[in-house]
Amino acid sequence: MSAQSLPQPTAATRRLPRINPVYVLVVALILAIIVMNPAFGEPTGYMNFLKRVTALAILSAGALYVIVSGGFDLSVGSIMTLTVIGSSMLASNDPNSTYWIIPLMLGIGAVIGLINGLVVSYLKVPSLIATLGMMITLNGVAFMWSGGAPRGYLPDTFRFFGRYNITDIPVISLLPIAVICLVVFGVILWWGMHRTNFGRMLHAVGDNQQAARLAGVPVERVRISAFVVSALTAVLAGVILGGRAGVSVDIGSGFELQAITAAVIGGAQLLGGRGSVPATIAGALALEAIFTLLNLLGLAQPVRLVVQGLILIGAVAFATYQRKRAGR
Amino acid sequence: MTDTPLSTPRRFRFERHASTILLVSAVALYIALIIIMGQTRFLTLENLVAILGRSITLGITAIGQTFAILVASIDLSVASLISASAVVTSVVMNGDPAMMLPAVLAVLALGAVVGLANGLVITKLEVNPLIATLGMSLIIQGVLSYYYNNFAGNVPVEFQVFAYGTVGIVPFSLMFMFVLAGCAWFVLRFSRFGSDVYSVGGNKDAARLAGIKTDRVVIGAHVICSLCAAIAGIYLASRLRSGAPWIGAEGVYDLESIAVVVIGGTVLAGGRGGIWGTIAGVIIFSLIDSIFNVAGVDAFVKQVLRGIIIVAAVAFYAARSKRPVA
Amino acid sequence: MQKIILAAAVFGMLTGAAFSQAPNFDDPAEFAKQRDQLTATFNGPADQPYLQYAGDSMADTASFKKEGPWTVCFSNAGVNNPWRVVGYTDMTEEVKLHPEIGTFTHVDAEGSDDKQIADIDDLLAGGNCSVLIVSPNSTAALTPAVEKACAAGLPVIVFDRGVTTDCPVTFVHPVGGYGFGIQAAEHIIANVPAGGKVLMLRILPGVDVLETRASGARNMFKEAGLEVLGEEFTDGDNAKTKSIVEDYLQRGTIDAVWMDAGATAVAAVEAFEDQGVDVPVVTGEDQQDYLQKWRDLGFKGIAPTYPTYQWRTAIIAAVNTLKGEQVPSPEWILPQPAITQDVLDQYINEKMPPLHYAMCGCEDMPNYPQAWGGTE
Repeated sequence: MSAQSLPQPTAATRRLPRINPVYVLVVALILAIIVMNPAFGEPTGYMNFLKRVTALAILSAGALYVIVSGGFDLSVGSIMTLTVIGSSMLASNDPNSTYWIIPLMLGIGAVIGLINGLVVSYLKVPSLIATLGMMITLNGVAFMWSGGAPRGYLPDTFRFFGRYNITDIPVISLLPIAVICLVVFGVILWWGMHRTNFGRMLHAVGDNQQAARLAGVPVERVRISAFVVSALTAVLAGVILGGRAGVSVDIGSGFELQAITAAVIGGAQLLGGRGSVPATIAGALALEAIFTLLNLLGLAQPVRLVVQGLILIGAVAFATYQRKRAGR
Repeated sequence: MTDTPLSTPRRFRFERHASTILLVSAVALYIALIIIMGQTRFLTLENLVAILGRSITLGITAIGQTFAILVASIDLSVASLISASAVVTSVVMNGDPAMMLPAVLAVLALGAVVGLANGLVITKLEVNPLIATLGMSLIIQGVLSYYYNNFAGNVPVEFQVFAYGTVGIVPFSLMFMFVLAGCAWFVLRFSRFGSDVYSVGGNKDAARLAGIKTDRVVIGAHVICSLCAAIAGIYLASRLRSGAPWIGAEGVYDLESIAVVVIGGTVLAGGRGGIWGTIAGVIIFSLIDSIFNVAGVDAFVKQVLRGIIIVAAVAFYAARSKRPVA
Repeated sequence: MQKIILAAAVFGMLTGAAFSQAPNFDDPAEFAKQRDQLTATFNGPADQPYLQYAGDSMADTASFKKEGPWTVCFSNAGVNNPWRVVGYTDMTEEVKLHPEIGTFTHVDAEGSDDKQIADIDDLLAGGNCSVLIVSPNSTAALTPAVEKACAAGLPVIVFDRGVTTDCPVTFVHPVGGYGFGIQAAEHIIANVPAGGKVLMLRILPGVDVLETRASGARNMFKEAGLEVLGEEFTDGDNAKTKSIVEDYLQRGTIDAVWMDAGATAVAAVEAFEDQGVDVPVVTGEDQQDYLQKWRDLGFKGIAPTYPTYQWRTAIIAAVNTLKGEQVPSPEWILPQPAITQDVLDQYINEKMPPLHYAMCGCEDMPNYPQAWGGTE
C-alpha cells in the first residue's frame, strides 16, 4: 500500500504525517494523565491501565482482520458474553475444567466465525446484517443457556489470565498475566496481518474484491478466515475480561462498537484495504486513556459520550483529509 | 434500479414480490398457529389493529431509514434522536396545550439540523456514514443525558390524541403512518428527487456524471431520515405521555429500523428497494412479536429466533445476487 | 459541527433551565415514612414475609369474584436482569400452587415502554384475561395502558414500580428505595468514624427506586459528617466497577463503599483484594456471591434487600381478588429486611447460583432449589 506513495518527490514535507497520529495521541494522553495523577507513572498505575485495556486491545486487533477484508463484525461482543457465560456454566467450580473449557470455547468461536463467513460469502448477506443477526442470536443463546442469570462461578484457574499479577519483579515490580497475553497475541496478530501471504491477500480483498479475484486470490476463503480470526480473538478477549471482572450476563455488550472505534482511531479504513495491528492496539489504548482522563477531570458519563463521538468523526475525517492530501 | 431491467424477467419479478411473499408467509404462519393452538379469539379485527399498531414508532423511523439506505448510506443516530425529540416535545409542551405547535416545530427543526449535520459530515468530510452517524448518536445522547436523566416535562392531554385517538377502532397514529408511507412512496416514485435517490444509491459516480448533484441528494435523504426519527420521537412522547433520554435506545430503533428496511428488500448497498417493502418488514416484525406472544415463547428463545429470522430473510433476497457484498 | 453542538447545548441549557421539572427524589416526608416502616410491625404470619403487610386499609374485591379456571395475564417489563429472573421464577412457582389458575399468560416487553403498552393492548384485545398483573417498565409511561385495562373492567394488580393512578386493586411493593439507602448508610455511619471517606457506586441515573436509595444515603452521610468521595455510575458492569474503585484507590484511601445495588459488589471487593488493600466496609445486596465473599473475607458488610418475594405476592393478590377476598389496598407494603452479620449464615446457600437473591421467600416452595438453578 505505502509503496505507491514512496516515489513522491516532496517526501521531505510529507514524512511527518506518515507517523500514524494515533501514536502521538496515545503519548500525549498518557503524559496528560501522569501530570494530573502522578501515581499513574508508578508500576501499579500503568500496569493496571494496561491490564484493563487488554481485552479491548486484543479484540480490536482481531476485529481489524474483518475490517481490512472489507466487512464488519458486530458479533464479537456477544461471543465474549457467550464465552464467559458458557465457561461459568461448564466449569461447575472445578479448577481443572479450565484446561478443556478454553479450547472448547475457542472451538465454538471458530464455528461461529465460520458461520459468519459462510453467510456473508455464500448467502451474500451483508456482513453488517449477518453479524447483527449473529449478535442477537448469541446473546439469546447465552441467556437461554444460563436462564437469564449467571449459574456458576469461573474457577481461579480461568480467572488467572485476566486477574493475576506476577509480583516481586525488579524495575516494574509487578506484571499482570493479562499484559503478557496482550504482548503475545498482539505479536501473533501483527505477524498474521503484516508478515504473511494471508495478510497481503486480506488487504487485496478489502481493497478491491473483483481485482483480487482476478489476481487469483481465493476471496471467499480469505474472508471466511478473517471472520474466524475475529471470533477467536473475541473468545480470548472474553476469557481475559471474564477473568478480570467475573461473570455477568451482558459482559460483552458494547464491545463490538468499541472495537470498531479503536480500529478507526488507529487509522483503519472502513470497507477495507487498510489497517495496522499496532496502530489498532494503540487506538484501544487511546480510547481507554481518554476515558481515564475524563474521569480524572471529573467529567460525567454524558461528556464522555460527546467526546467519544467527536473523536470518532474527527479521526475518520482527519484520515480522509490526509489521504486526499497524499493524492490517493 | 439502474440495472435490474437488464436482468432476466424472472429474477426481476422475484425481487419485486419477495417482500410480499415474506409478508404472506408470516400472516399464514400466524393464522395457522392460532388455529393449531385453538386461540381463535386472536382472530378479530381489534387484534389485527392491535398488531398493526404495535410498531408505529419503528414504522415511522424505518420509512426515513429507507431513504438513507437507498442512497447507500445508513443512519445509526435515529435512536438517540428519537429520545431527544421525545424529551424536547414533552419539555417544551410541559402540559400546556398552547405549546403544542411550537414544540412540534422545535423538534422538526432539531431533526432537520441533525439530518443536515449527518449529511454534511458524510458528503463534505467524507466520513463513512456508519461512523458519522454513530458519532452523531453519541453526541446527541451525551448532550441529552447531560441535561436530563429521567422523564422530563409532560404532554398535554390534547396531544395524547395523536397516540391514543381513534376513528372507530383505527388509531390516528396508524393512519398517520400509512399516510406518511404514501407520501414517501409518492416522492420516491414520481419526483425528481426520488429518481435521483435511486441513481445515487445505484452508482454514485455514474449519477454524478449524469449531472446529479449527488451530495445534495445524500444530504436530502439524511434530512428526511432524521425528520422521520423526530416525528417518531413526537409520537413516542405522545404515547408515553413524556420523554426520557433512554426511550430510543431501549427500543433499539437504530438496529431494528435497519433490520426491517433490509427485510423489506431494500439493498444495504443502495439503489434498490422501496417503501412498501419496508412497511411489509415492519408488519412482519409486529407479526413475529404477536406470534411469540400467542405461542408464549420464552423471551430468550424469542431473541435467538429473531436473530436467525433477520439473517434468513435477508439471505432470501441476497443469495441469488451476483454482486460482492461488504 | 462545532456550531451545531454549541447550538444544541445552548438550546438544551435554555430548555433545561426553564422547564426542567425532575421528579422529586428527595422527599423528607417519604424518607421519614420509610424509615419508620423499616422497623414497624407488619400484619400477617411471621414466617411468611410475602404475606405480610403494613397498615390496615383493605379493598373489598367481591365484585371481581369469579369461578375458576382463571386466565391470569401478566405483562412483564422484562426478565433482563438476575433480580427479575429470580422474581419471575418465584412467580411461576407460585402459579403452580393455585390449581384454580387455568392459564398463565406471560408477555415480556424486553425492557421497552413502547412494547409493553402494545403488549397490554394485545392482552386486552385477545387475551381473555380474568385478571391483569403489570410490572411496569416505567411509572408514567404505563399509566394510560393500566387505566385502559381498568376501564375495560379488569381487576389490575401492579407491583415493583408503580403507576400514577389508583385504579388498580392494589400496588404490591416493599418499603422502598429510601429504606434501602437508609439501611446501607446506617451501617456505614456506625462503622466509619466521622470524617471518613465514602465512595458511592450507583448503577445508572434516573431510575426512581435507585435515585431514592442514593438520596436517602447522601443526606445521612452529610448529617453524620462523612466525606463522599464521589458518586460514580457503573452501568452494572463488573469491569467498570473494578476500574472505578482502582482509580479511587490510586488517589487515596477509601473507608467505605456504598452501593445502590449488589450485582457488582463482588467486583468492588475484588478491586481491594487485587491491590492488596484491606477490604473496608462494603455494602451490597442479598446476592449469594456477595454474601459468601463477605463471610469468607470477614469485612464489615451489610445486605439491604429489595425482596424478590413480591413477585409471589402479586400472584397471591390476584388470586385473592378473584376469590373476592380482602386485599391490602391501595398499597400492599411488604417488609424489607436487611441481612446483617448475625443472620448472615442462615441466608448463605452455596448450592445456589452466584446471583441468586437470598431474600426470595422461596425456600418453602416444592421446586426449591432446582427451579432457581440450585443443586440439591
